[in-house]
Order: sequence, then C-alpha cells, then structure tokens
Amino acid sequence: MMLTLDNVSKSFGALTVTDGVSLSVPKGQALGIIGPNGAGKSTLFNLITGNLMVSSGRIELMGRDVTRLPAMKRVRMGVGRSFQIPQPFEGLTVFENLLTAARFGGAAVHDRAVHDCAEILRETGMLPRANQLAGELSLLDRKRLELARALATGPDLLLLDEIAGGLTEGECRALIETIRAIHAGGTTIIWIEHVLHALTSVVERLAVLDFGRLIGVGEPEEIMASREVREIYLGIEV
Amino acid sequence: MSSPSAPWRATTRTRTGTLVALLALALIVAGLVLPAFASRRLIQDLFYILTMLTLAQIWNLLAGYGGLVSVGQQAFVGIGAYALFGGVILGGMDPLLAILLGGAAGLVLAIPMAFFAFRLHGAYFAIGTWVIAETTRLLIAQWKALGGGTGTSLPRAATSDMIGVAQVAELFGVRDAAARDILAYWIALLLAVALIAGIYALLRSRLGLALIAVRDNAEAAASVGVDVRWLKWAVFLIASVATGLTGALIFLQTARISPDAAFAITDWTAYVIFIVVIGGIGTIEGPILGVLVFFALRSTLADYGSWYLLTLGLTAIVAMIFAPKGLWGLLSARTGWHLFPIRHRLIGPADGGER
Repeated sequence: MMLTLDNVSKSFGALTVTDGVSLSVPKGQALGIIGPNGAGKSTLFNLITGNLMVSSGRIELMGRDVTRLPAMKRVRMGVGRSFQIPQPFEGLTVFENLLTAARFGGAAVHDRAVHDCAEILRETGMLPRANQLAGELSLLDRKRLELARALATGPDLLLLDEIAGGLTEGECRALIETIRAIHAGGTTIIWIEHVLHALTSVVERLAVLDFGRLIGVGEPEEIMASREVREIYLGIEV
Repeated sequence: MSSPSAPWRATTRTRTGTLVALLALALIVAGLVLPAFASRRLIQDLFYILTMLTLAQIWNLLAGYGGLVSVGQQAFVGIGAYALFGGVILGGMDPLLAILLGGAAGLVLAIPMAFFAFRLHGAYFAIGTWVIAETTRLLIAQWKALGGGTGTSLPRAATSDMIGVAQVAELFGVRDAAARDILAYWIALLLAVALIAGIYALLRSRLGLALIAVRDNAEAAASVGVDVRWLKWAVFLIASVATGLTGALIFLQTARISPDAAFAITDWTAYVIFIVVIGGIGTIEGPILGVLVFFALRSTLADYGSWYLLTLGLTAIVAMIFAPKGLWGLLSARTGWHLFPIRHRLIGPADGGER
C-alpha cells in the first residue's frame, strides 16, 4: 500500500476540519478527491505531506509510520505536492525552483538533477521560461511551475491540489495528458479537483469529503451517481 | 527539439563575474600594500568602512537571505569585544589571538538566543533579539573585573607587545600605535574579503538556493525537502561567530570598552540596517555600495549632531518607499549588471533554456 490513513483527525481549537478519515491508496493508483469548498480537502493534503500534524490518528507511507515526521522528511520518502494557491520561490528562476526541489527533495547529484529538471521543464511546457524569475510568471505559468516543481522532487506519491482550475479547454487537455503520462510511469497520484471532467478522465477511484468526513469512496461512475454526492457536492436535489 | 540524452548544463558564471573577480583580486592586493603610502587617518577610516561592511554583509545574510530580521546584532559585537578584553586582561592572552575568543563568545551566546528567538516570527523575532541584546548588556555591566558599567581599557603593555606590532612598525617606520592600526586594518580587510567570498560561495551552492527558497516561502521550501530549521540555525550561528569576531576586532582597535559603546544598537545594528537598506537588501553588491554612501553621509554630516541622524532616517525612508531594492537595485535594473552572479542558468544543447 502506498498510503494508509487510519482514523485521521485535525482540529483547530473547537473546529474539527478533518474528522476520522480512514483511507488506503494502493501503489500506482490515481485517486481523485472531491467535495465542496471548506470540506477539508487541502487540510487533508497538508496532513499527508506533514505541513500540518494530525490531532489524532495514524499515517503510513509504504508501510512506515510517518505520523510525526516533518514535511521535508516525507518529501525525501517520495511525497511530492503542488499547492492550491501557487507558492513559487519568487526570487529564484523557474529552473532554480526545480533545481532546489531536485537537490533537496530528490537528493539527486548536481548533473543528474540538472538533466532531470530540464526534461521536466520540457514535459510541462516550461522550458522557454526556464531562466525567468518565478515572481514574473503569469498565473497559468505559476500553476505549471507548481506541477513541475513537485515532479522535480521525484515523487512516488504525487499530490495535486486544484491544478486545472482557471485553465482553458486546450490547456486543460494538455495538463490531462501530462498527468496521464506521469501516472503511466507508475507514480501514485492523489488529485483534488473541481474540474470534474478532467479528474474523472484520469483517476480510477474517487473519494468525497464533506465537513471533514469521508462520505464515499469508489469508482468515479458509482460515486458521481450516488444520491448523497449529488445532493451535497453538486447541489442537485434528488 | 533536442534529444533526451542531450547534455544540459547549469552555470553561474558570466563574463562580468570573471572580470569582477580579477578586479577584486587587484583591489585586495592594493588594499594590502596601501599602508605603505596611506596616512594613519585614511587607514583608520578604511578600518571603519571595512568593519561596517562586514557587519552589513552579515546582517544582509541574516535578513536578506535567511529572512531573519535581527535588531540584536549589537549583542554579538558586544560579547565578542568583551571576550577579547576578558582574554587579554584576565587571561593574559595576546590581543591578536584573543580576537578568536570573540568568535567563540558569539557562538556561545547565539545558541541560547536562537533557542528563544526562533520561537518568534517576523516583528516578534526582531523585538526578541533586541530584548536579549539589552539583557546581555545589563549582565555584562555587572562584570566588575572588566570595569562594570564604566568599562575599561586594554593594558598598554599588552597592546604594544601584540604579535606583529614590532615587525609592522619596523617595516613601515611608524610608531606602535600606528602599527597596531595597520594590523587591525589588515585583519579587517581579510575578514571582509573572507566573509564576502564565503557568502558568495554559499549563495552559489545548493544551500544558497535553499536559503532564497526559505526566505521566499518557508512552507513551500519544506515541501521540496529543505530542512528549514537546520538552515536557519546554521545561518544564525555563522552570522553570530562572524559578528563576534568583528566586534572583538573593532574594540581591539579602539583599545577601550564600555557596555554602552560595545552594545550600542545605533552603531552596530541601526547603521548596519541603514547600509543594507540604502544599498540593496538581498544582494552582495548592495552593502558594498551602501557602506560607501553611509560613510560619505557620515563624513559630510558628522558635525551637525542630530541632523545627521535625521538625514540618515529620512534617506532610509525615502529609499524604502521609492527604491525598495536599494541603490544597487536601481542600478542593476538599468544596466543589467550583476557583479556577483549567483543565478543558475540552464543552458541546453540548442540553448533551449536560454532566454
């Protein structure tokens, strides 16, 4: 199993944002996570990556208990992530953003890291921007950089947080192709997304969050057809 | 399109960088032989400029790269200076060797200071460092053996017999006091050069990338595998040792110490921040330009008392509003100059990565 969450909860004071979530993701699977705004999707990501620590419960990565490990150690174990709101290192160039990720998260030696970063830049369409400061990028390019930088850490488990939002149809298709190619290479993917057609065209399984609880996990068709999901998530009265 | 096996490479070298390195080497050599021609007054001025430049580069490393805005740097200048005086007066050490005690004292103070201050962030961190510096000053003022609140002087015998003084006096045909100034100036030059070279090497390494990443976004830096905590500790400890050494050197040259002078926030932190802000924070070039501007203002306005401080303050405010990247930022944006290039440029087989 790539990732196992066992009764994971997170509270901020009296507010419970993640409420007893248990979930297993097998190696090589692509899992989509959906849920209304404020359902606790990004918080769940932060708990998996170690940017936040759980209030209770247990997280295992490839069979190893990582519940108390800080983010930077989980990255080195193979957890790569993108942020919902792009968080580039603005004082570094696009290439340097990736190089930092490759040298620290991927622990690659310099020459290997340079080569890997260049290839990732090409795959994500960012090569023409390689030597441009990340602070000067457009929103679309910042999103691309999020994906590229996450890939540069050489992840076995890739967490993507609303990476398709705001893209045109063409850009979205290109993104889907890129993510499919990454998945085909054996990388396990967990993808939070509101653009459902993009999500369902890649993932094999869907999980639904609402008020921090996991209210359904299953095949995309089955989940999208369920009455509860349609009511809660899509706001359709059934 | 290039093949996947094509040799990509990354470089920080530029033609300007190489030229500047050669020019810097020439300047260092000129600086070393300068005492043969220069007046004692000029040597003393250059000593001041070099030590302020060192303090500014250290503060720039902390705040401009490490995101650690400390206003308690006077704690390290003071503790370094007092360690030197303690070593000489109480331990009978040679003053030149006792400079090293200053670095050690900086390290010893930095560990508890970081332990407490790193629990604070942003403005709270700044205030925390200030409070710790003030506490250190008050504690040192209780040290009766080193003059308590009024301070003390280095014994004349110790400064005259200092290693190297006799040789320098003979070499240049000057008195002991002037020879001591020359020695202090040489050490200040070496310290400034070593520090700038060290910071430059650090920034070009993978740790330099990590530093900028942490400064820009600590959460994202941790998410790509950077050990944020370790990096901040490392930068803070290096800065503290270097500041302690500089403090010891500054007060070796004056040969007189008091808690108020050694722990002066105006002299060792406010002026230093001014130099970095006016020159350009987050660049190595900035503090170099800044110290020259600061020295020019100081020389011109020193006789005008509080007007001098008012002018410095106003200049800093104007710079922060209209030139947040400092004078070097303005100059660099117009000319494209980078005297100390640190960018890792990706160069592809068909220069696909070049802009």
